[in-house]
Amino acid sequence: MLRAIAVGIPIGLTFVDCFGYVAKVEGISMQPALNPENNGKSDFVFLNRWSSRSFHYSRGDMVSLISPKDPSQKIIKRIIALEGDLIRTIGYKTRYIRIPEGHCWVEGDHTGHSLDSNFFGPVAIGLITAKASQIVWPPRRWQWLESELPDERIPLNLRDVSGRSFDSSEVIDLVDIED
Amino acid sequence: MRSGVYRLLGKWLGVAGYMVQYGCIAHCTLEFVGDFVVCKGPSMEPTIFSEDVILTEHLSARLNRISRGDVIIARSPTNPHHHICKRVTGLGGDKVKNGFRTQIVPKGHVWLEGDNSMNSTDSRNFGSVPSGLIRGRAVCRVWPLSELGKLSSVQKWQVER
Repeated sequence: MLRAIAVGIPIGLTFVDCFGYVAKVEGISMQPALNPENNGKSDFVFLNRWSSRSFHYSRGDMVSLISPKDPSQKIIKRIIALEGDLIRTIGYKTRYIRIPEGHCWVEGDHTGHSLDSNFFGPVAIGLITAKASQIVWPPRRWQWLESELPDERIPLNLRDVSGRSFDSSEVIDLVDIED
Repeated sequence: MRSGVYRLLGKWLGVAGYMVQYGCIAHCTLEFVGDFVVCKGPSMEPTIFSEDVILTEHLSARLNRISRGDVIIARSPTNPHHHICKRVTGLGGDKVKNGFRTQIVPKGHVWLEGDNSMNSTDSRNFGSVPSGLIRGRAVCRVWPLSELGKLSSVQKWQVER
């Protein structure tokens, strides 16, 4: 019996470390995608560690990362911008920011109720631990989590020139528009 | 004939089972307990020279028990695929001197500096590093064998608070 535990623990830990695990989502910072009902019931998501081992992320991915404010805490946010992108911030110390090398910009979907990059700035990609791929509990909320960005949060260097939605009276440097 | 094939299959499955078992134990040890790291570059001279192999332990990093003066391995904030080996010269809340300026290390971050100040890219270049990036703490050098032993300790690193 003891031997079964001694064998099971390393195998279980390795599985969790390499493939992923289920975690409870606390808080309202990712509404309406996660925890949309304010009735005390939390969503449980599957955090996929297999897809994050090469640190290759896309904009719009929902990821779990170690909080820059408190290394013992993990937070779940959406990646808005990757290194080199120019974005407009919401309440950060500078109005616009270009993401430095090796960093990304994360935000909670519920603007105004989220402690994210608008508070602590760009986060190092090395802090990201896993990608949230689907909601697994409760069963009626079972769904794949889509990797999508709201239109108003798309980085400025990726926007279509003709569909500009920001105020042209704001002075910014011309940026290269990528195809 | 058939029973011979089954017996062989059973034997190979047994071998595979042991490989999985010991592979997982090895993975867990290297990931959670400690491992050996080959250091490259001159930024930690004369404490650590290029091509030295050091033994690191991961428990202090996981339990957030890193102290000032520790030599640590961390993921580089500028490139998550690379690791850096530096000394912790400031913890969250400390005031550190950076050229002419003095800045305060934010909570949850550390200030890293290489022992070879002239030849080191560290917090003076990329700022405070979040503690979540720290992977392990160096314990001692294991290679070259002639230099086996503890790395130079904290005495010369009394940091003002």
